[in-house]
Amino acid sequence: MGLVVDIASWLLLLAGGIFVFIGGLGLLRMPDLYTRMHAVGLTDSMGSILVLLGAILQAGPSLAAVKLAIIIVFLLLTCPTASYALANAARLSGIEPRALRTGPETDT
Amino acid sequence: MTTVLCVFMLTLLVITAFGMIQARNLFSAVMLGGIYSFEMASIFFILDAADVALTEAAIGAGITTVFFLGALALTEHRERGRHGPQWLPIGVMTATGMMLIYASFDNPRIGDPNAPVHLHVAPWYLEQTPQLIDIQNIVSAILASFRGYDTLGELFVIFTAGIGVLFILSAPAPQDRKVSERLMNAEGLRHHLVPRVVGQLLVPFIVLFGLYVQFHGDYGPGGGFQAGALISAGLILYALLRGEIAALRAVPIWFLRMLIVSGALLYTTVGIAGMLLGGSFLDYSVLSNDPVAGQHLGILLVEVGVGLTVTGVLLSIFHAFAARGQ
Repeated sequence: MGLVVDIASWLLLLAGGIFVFIGGLGLLRMPDLYTRMHAVGLTDSMGSILVLLGAILQAGPSLAAVKLAIIIVFLLLTCPTASYALANAARLSGIEPRALRTGPETDT
Repeated sequence: MTTVLCVFMLTLLVITAFGMIQARNLFSAVMLGGIYSFEMASIFFILDAADVALTEAAIGAGITTVFFLGALALTEHRERGRHGPQWLPIGVMTATGMMLIYASFDNPRIGDPNAPVHLHVAPWYLEQTPQLIDIQNIVSAILASFRGYDTLGELFVIFTAGIGVLFILSAPAPQDRKVSERLMNAEGLRHHLVPRVVGQLLVPFIVLFGLYVQFHGDYGPGGGFQAGALISAGLILYALLRGEIAALRAVPIWFLRMLIVSGALLYTTVGIAGMLLGGSFLDYSVLSNDPVAGQHLGILLVEVGVGLTVTGVLLSIFHAFAARGQ
């Protein structure tokens, strides 16, 4: 039983790490603000939540697990909101997405 | 493992610091400053200094960033152009850095049990806290009781600094008709549905967490400084979401001034009460028949005093910035 929980938690931690890594890669490689935010916003919330789930399995049934679960709820609320607020602010301050700027035809 | 993590975080810290120096856009410099504080908090946490980590995260990464943004709103976003390398500052920096590195050779290794800091009063604190004060968080015991004078001094530093900043910013009174008209037009993020709804959902929980940190300081990391920063962060979020008018209606300026004064007053009163009851200044043992219970009461009251003043000062400074920005 302990081994199964351990394997599951390590799988979750590893998957979370991969998500965060892909997010970082997207941040470096994507062409403009909105696509970068897409990479970071999506994978960062997913990555951190997977890491926290793995940590919950490591903690076992304890107060620490409850606290980690509360942090997950908090992140589920704040991460998408922060992404939205950032994108909205960028849009309002007049930053155009690259696809609109260059036109869909010329963008190869 | 700790060493690897520490080296990793310190490398990130240096990279962030260089990024901050290089950044010409002050906005990104402020954001990098927030990241720097957060990395610093992580390092403190790795080194098992949970209380300091909490303070650094709440004040350094949270409130200070908000204040810097408030200051940026009043000035330019870009740094003035510099002409060539400035040799004097570079020389002073290099010399100071070399001296610090040279001084660090004499430092004992981190975690060395024979380091002077672990041989002086620290063992006495560790031994005596369970008998004299009987609370689990020895940091709180040292901060509020053994070294109560130091904390009183810190509190008055914040008190004085708050008064000084308020004098410099010296916001026009909101009764002024023109100002209140302009304030009415500033509606915060009222038109942005998603941040408003989610933010308002979070505000009570942030304040609740602040109160938890305040009153749980005897048992876990926390205390007045951290709690004050967290509570004011929650109320600043409310001000950003609903606009200045609503925030000032919820927590008026006179109430904030009262908080600043009453916190400092409460701390001093507890100290003088100890004197009147036959002990020395800031000796909590005489506050109750049972010395340990007296210590508990004293620490609780003193921490409340710190929390009140910190909350009041931070919120007053924020409102002063906001009133100037209108």
